[in-house]
Amino acid sequence: MSDARPVTAPIERNAALAADAPPVLEVRDLHVKVGGQLVLRGISLVVQAGEVHAIMGPNGSGKSTLAHVLTGRPGYEIVSGSALFEGQDLFALAPEQRARAGLFLGFQYPVEIPGVNNAYLLKAALNAARRERGLTELDAFEFLALVRAKMQLMRIDESFLGRGVNEGFSGGERKRNEILQMLVLEPKLALLDETDSGLDIDALKLVASGVNSLRAPSRSIVLVTHYQRLLDYVVPDHVHVLAHGRIVRSGDRTLALELERRGYDWVGGEAVVA
Amino acid sequence: MSKNPASVNDLNSLVGRAYRHGFVTDIDADTVPPGLDESVIRLISRKKSEPQFLLDWRLRALAHWREMREPHWAQLHYPPIDYQAISYYSAPKQRTDGPKSLAEVDPKLLATYDKLGVPLHERARLAGVAVDAVFDSVSVATTFKERLAAAGVIFCPFSEAVQQHPQLVERYLGSVVPYSDNFYATLNSAVFTDGSFVYVPPGVRCPMELSTYFRINAIKTGQFERTLIIADEGSYVSYLEGCSAPQRDENQLHAAVVELVALDDAQIKYSTVQNWYPGDEQGRGGIYNFVTKRGDCRGRNSRISWTQVETGSAITWKYPSCLLRGDGAIGEFYSVATTNNYQQADTGTKMIHIGTNTRSTIISKGISAGHGQNAYRGLVKIMPNAVGARNFTQCDSLLIGKHCGAHTFPYIETRNPTATVEHEASTSRISEEQLFYCLQRGVSTEDAVNMIVSGFCRPVFKELPMEFAVEAQKLLAVSLEGAVA
Ligand SMILES: Nc1ncnc2c1ncn2[C@@H]1O[C@H](COP(=O)(O)OP(=O)(O)OP(=O)(O)O)[C@@H](O)[C@H]1O
Ligand SMILES: [Mg+2]
Repeated sequence: MSDARPVTAPIERNAALAADAPPVLEVRDLHVKVGGQLVLRGISLVVQAGEVHAIMGPNGSGKSTLAHVLTGRPGYEIVSGSALFEGQDLFALAPEQRARAGLFLGFQYPVEIPGVNNAYLLKAALNAARRERGLTELDAFEFLALVRAKMQLMRIDESFLGRGVNEGFSGGERKRNEILQMLVLEPKLALLDETDSGLDIDALKLVASGVNSLRAPSRSIVLVTHYQRLLDYVVPDHVHVLAHGRIVRSGDRTLALELERRGYDWVGGEAVVA
Repeated sequence: MSKNPASVNDLNSLVGRAYRHGFVTDIDADTVPPGLDESVIRLISRKKSEPQFLLDWRLRALAHWREMREPHWAQLHYPPIDYQAISYYSAPKQRTDGPKSLAEVDPKLLATYDKLGVPLHERARLAGVAVDAVFDSVSVATTFKERLAAAGVIFCPFSEAVQQHPQLVERYLGSVVPYSDNFYATLNSAVFTDGSFVYVPPGVRCPMELSTYFRINAIKTGQFERTLIIADEGSYVSYLEGCSAPQRDENQLHAAVVELVALDDAQIKYSTVQNWYPGDEQGRGGIYNFVTKRGDCRGRNSRISWTQVETGSAITWKYPSCLLRGDGAIGEFYSVATTNNYQQADTGTKMIHIGTNTRSTIISKGISAGHGQNAYRGLVKIMPNAVGARNFTQCDSLLIGKHCGAHTFPYIETRNPTATVEHEASTSRISEEQLFYCLQRGVSTEDAVNMIVSGFCRPVFKELPMEFAVEAQKLLAVSLEGAVA
């Protein structure tokens, strides 16, 4: 299989951390079928603590599939390969265990759950993670104090707390709500699947500042995006191009700029492997 | 090699935790032998020292019932019921004719209600809900009587109302559900034993929630209670009904009648959380619940709301209805019905628009899991004089698993061209997307399903008084437990 372009070495500021700790995410030669079709054809990806990776690639190349299979969505058949989260076999864990361990997915299409209070779900989520880590659960007041602060950051009106999860939210509101959830849950690894799509320019800056506020030596972020614009605000350490189920090229942020100029044909042509 | 877990296909068995109210209280009871004829009716009437008008009414009902046939139009399947094998009267033995105060109530009975989470000691009641507790055929205790009496509200066992307020009983009994109404209501009219009676005088806002807790305990008995609530002009009352029964292998019959009367500008809110024993996973045992509930919005701008959460019973046959007679009257029906295992429910409402500018709202939420079958049956009828009548109906079904079913039978009859009738219906499954969204946030499958189901029921739950809403939510969780593997 292609070991494609090997992922670049961790950059200096994380070298110390990375030396004794396993990577946050280590995907090896992952092959996945969906609906009988081989969609991921040998993905390898290493994300170290503190890094921001961007994954770009044409529609239908398998970006969401990768995010879903890592977070445990049903319906995907793992044909071969492995994924480790802090050295732990990710595929041995139930989706909720992965989440509690600190893996977060910002959905490309956040679903409506009518009648389920936004704040209620978020509080249940936060307390499930806290229980897992042996922390005390937050009561309603502590939770509200925490969530209000984050809402101000994301400029989300408080009335959203009492509404149903994504119920009647506009596209952009849904995306901001995903970032709000991420900020409250403070995951170790956030996979953000096109969180920048459908945002107006102000919302894009808000989302970017939300993501940046989460950046820390102990946290990692994988951004799936179609646009260089987001990467102007959230500067990635690594950029990967996913095409036809493989990472066909990896580089630093200049790769994104080059893609913007030259389009996917430039990298895609060589990737079409039967 | 994939361990990708919990697909919706595994959602199949959200069924399972045992019924928690299935215990039997070992108490001496005065039970008449099974069978139904005039002598049984006379016996019941004599035991209760009833006035002649009531005995005559019962006997007319019995005579009529003998000519009737059990209805089978509902979407329900069950073996024939042998009405001669049922005992029509069972009362726990008391030291006196009836308890005068809680101190006289058998401690075993008080313990039973404690266990059910309905403590009868007034001091133990947190939020000032007055309770009438009906154990098999008789009322065993009514709390907060004095405080209610100070407001002029009458809240007492039906049998006591017959003694103390015979003129009110004679005037209103059968005025909404006549003894000849339907097979089960007619049977009830002949043999009913007790129930609750409420009268709220003109202009009075009842100072607390009233509630009746029905408990079937004795074996091979039927429960036939009758509730009559009258809200006089400009008054308001909110009434709650709860029920449970022991866990037994045979089926038990419950055929109740509830009549509500709202006069000019009066409002009645009637809420039910029905948790009769539903039978086991194989469908053995459980209560057959054949109930006639009807509200008469007799006065101008009167309003009656039915809110029901039906989680129990092997079979539910129940259509709380409103007769919107007064001009500007409002009828509402909010319902959550769950069926799991082999439970069957055929429930809905009738809104009969008679007066001008009458309005009705119907929100029905059916949840089916396991092999449960759930039918909504509703009738909206606009009579020729009901100028400007309006109805809105929304009827949603949620299916959990592959072996359950949901059926919707909306009937609309409009005989006035100015009427507006809207009907919306949907059937859905808990979507894999919604479930995964919750799991991805770290919430367990079971909690996620409960959240999604509660969310589905929210438009109904928000109509319930606060404490009841909490109880309803818990019951729902219990009744659907195990439906997700
Ligand atoms: N359930 C399914 N059945 C069949 N094919 C599927 C299924 N789910 C995804 N696919 C296919 O897998 C491929 C990868 O889809 P995926 O959603 O991962 O693409 P993507 O890179 O996220 O695209 P986009 O940029 O449009 O979001 C697509 O060709 C898609 O049609
Ligand atoms: Mg995608």
